[in-house]
Amino acid sequence: MLELKQLYQGFRDPTTILSLARDIARLADKLPAPLNVMEVCGGHTHTIMKYGLLELLPSNIEFIHGPGCPVCIMPKERIDQAAALASIDNVILVTLGDMIRVPGSHGSLASFRAKGCDIRPIYDPLDTLKIAKDNPKKTIVFFAIGFETSTPMTAVLLQQAERQGIKNLLFHINHVLVPPAIDAVMQDSQTRVNAFIGPAHVSVISGAKIYRSTVEKYATPVVVSGFEPVDVMESILRLVRQRIEGKAELEIQYTRAVSEAGNLAAQALVNQYFQTRMQFRWRGLGEISNSALALKDEFAHRDAERIFADRLPVKQIDDHKACQCGDILRGLAKPKDCKVFGRGCAPETPLGSCMVSSEGACNAYYRYQGIQKETVARS
Amino acid sequence: MSDLPRDKSIQLSHGGGGKEMNKLIRELFFAEFDNPILRAEEDAAKLDLQGANAFTTDSFTIAPLFFAGGDIGKLAVAGTVNDLAMMGAEPQYLSCSFIIEEGFSLNQLTTIVRSMAKELKHSGARIVCGDTKVVPRGCADGIFINTSGIGRILKPQISAANVAPGDAIIVSRDIGCHGAAILMAREGLVLESELQSDCATLWPVVEQLIAANIPIHAMRDATRGGLSAVLNEWAAASQVGISVDEVAIPVSDEVKGLCELYGFEAMDLANEGTFILAVPQSIALGALEIMQRFGHCERAAIIGTVNEAHIGKVVLNTPWQTQRYLDLPQGELLPRIC
Repeated sequence: MLELKQLYQGFRDPTTILSLARDIARLADKLPAPLNVMEVCGGHTHTIMKYGLLELLPSNIEFIHGPGCPVCIMPKERIDQAAALASIDNVILVTLGDMIRVPGSHGSLASFRAKGCDIRPIYDPLDTLKIAKDNPKKTIVFFAIGFETSTPMTAVLLQQAERQGIKNLLFHINHVLVPPAIDAVMQDSQTRVNAFIGPAHVSVISGAKIYRSTVEKYATPVVVSGFEPVDVMESILRLVRQRIEGKAELEIQYTRAVSEAGNLAAQALVNQYFQTRMQFRWRGLGEISNSALALKDEFAHRDAERIFADRLPVKQIDDHKACQCGDILRGLAKPKDCKVFGRGCAPETPLGSCMVSSEGACNAYYRYQGIQKETVARS
Repeated sequence: MSDLPRDKSIQLSHGGGGKEMNKLIRELFFAEFDNPILRAEEDAAKLDLQGANAFTTDSFTIAPLFFAGGDIGKLAVAGTVNDLAMMGAEPQYLSCSFIIEEGFSLNQLTTIVRSMAKELKHSGARIVCGDTKVVPRGCADGIFINTSGIGRILKPQISAANVAPGDAIIVSRDIGCHGAAILMAREGLVLESELQSDCATLWPVVEQLIAANIPIHAMRDATRGGLSAVLNEWAAASQVGISVDEVAIPVSDEVKGLCELYGFEAMDLANEGTFILAVPQSIALGALEIMQRFGHCERAAIIGTVNEAHIGKVVLNTPWQTQRYLDLPQGELLPRIC
């Protein structure tokens, strides 16, 4: 059996990290213009903050935190729909992780749970099968969230429900796609992004190939990176090298898990059950065409959005006026630019979704950052 | 020893104040917790208290009830005894209240009560009063236990507000084992692992530190909220800065691995037999030696220092010379999605 420590050992080696930092600093002097790297995935934002990597980088390299956190990009009306589903008699709403803490317009799912709704956070989507079997008289709704990474898990859950004839399991699908979000960022006239760290887990499933069009269309380098500090530092070094050499190429740093083609079996499974939605509204980015998935028509009998259509609110709800999550997700602002950051908006009382999830840029800044600024102020 | 049949389950009548309840109390609780004060069966326990005393209470609700390294009974005794020990108080008298769900296995209840009796022996504390309630099925998750404890304070100056610049921070063993063990049991994770909860009574090692006259400024068991919570509470209560070195914090490979899988930090995970000390730097090595020699604290380590920078905050130094705040864990511990 694989030992868990093998997953990270070597990728947090101080000597390697410091050596990479020195290489980056040396080469960064030759950069023709500042390198504005968007790490699309919230997991990378978390890594950068948790391991204090910003301190190791020269001032002409800046991170712009992208829209790759499934919790952060969820618009309020979808959370309101989840709350509406959970409020129906004899419905058990099941969802993953931090989703229960994201504020909708009438409160978070956690607050609905406190009011008596049966809402259950789970670690593994397949746990939903047991909940459905244990509660045959209730309707179980799986509130499915996530990027390409987690879609196959929802597909497996659906496949198992079909195969095992579990009739009381429905789905509310909120799966979204990375490439259209990258397009939305790059097509914004104000964008400063000129390099990308590509999401790793997404790429394990979809393959690095999904970023090829980004590289070609915007002449912007993409390095698909792992989540360990050594991974991120090496990816930065590769981006710096490309920029100095005037290249814009797709590279895979995370070769231990990512290939060009990705996991074909998982892709086939996703294609079997899902189709692309015409429109999906992203928190911060607005409507993006073909950027999300829905169940295929043949699985309409599993689709909570169709079955409970008359019960689900459709009114689009914008964020709190003072909240700048939208600008932060588009890379136009930093968490600390937001007037409510750390004041009205903190992890225990989030106004915007970037403060909710541990992958959210605001949450990561709030938890880990601030030392440098304080040090500078004192010196 | 109890002769109650083992295949029975708790009925509402076991909490009704009649024959069944009397039988349960006499044949199980009195038999296992036996002592003269309890046997006196007065409305309240008569205690002989002198000087300064510490008094604490805690309720224990945990799923699953049985886990690698312990059960809710061991937890209910160790938890309250440890709260006293952390105040430099010798644990003496405990109360114990059970809220039991109708249908709960009598066999399991017996196991839990015996586990409590066994754990009491490590500190010498006695259960001198108690209460039993049985609630209808569905009103409780198996069994809830509340324990309160009284202990004689031997070191009155120990306080979360007494952490001082120049202190060393010591942790008694590798962190996060209880939280990780519960997570594994709850999620039914099948991993090749020796991982066990650290659930244990801490009084014996604390007694040694007190006997050696170690000038302990602050002492706290790192239960819910883990190491992060204790250090942040101290930094705020004492208005000091605390700086810890990541490489010095002992964490087992199993806990590290589980944290990798779920995106948790070992510093946030709960412990039930791990404590943190703040002592003057000059005495830190001596304290460490006592802990390692007498108290089954082989992995005890000095993990940081107290200073006057970043007042009210805990700064974590990474092995690659960067720093970040070690913040309090927030909300429920939920796995990362990405």
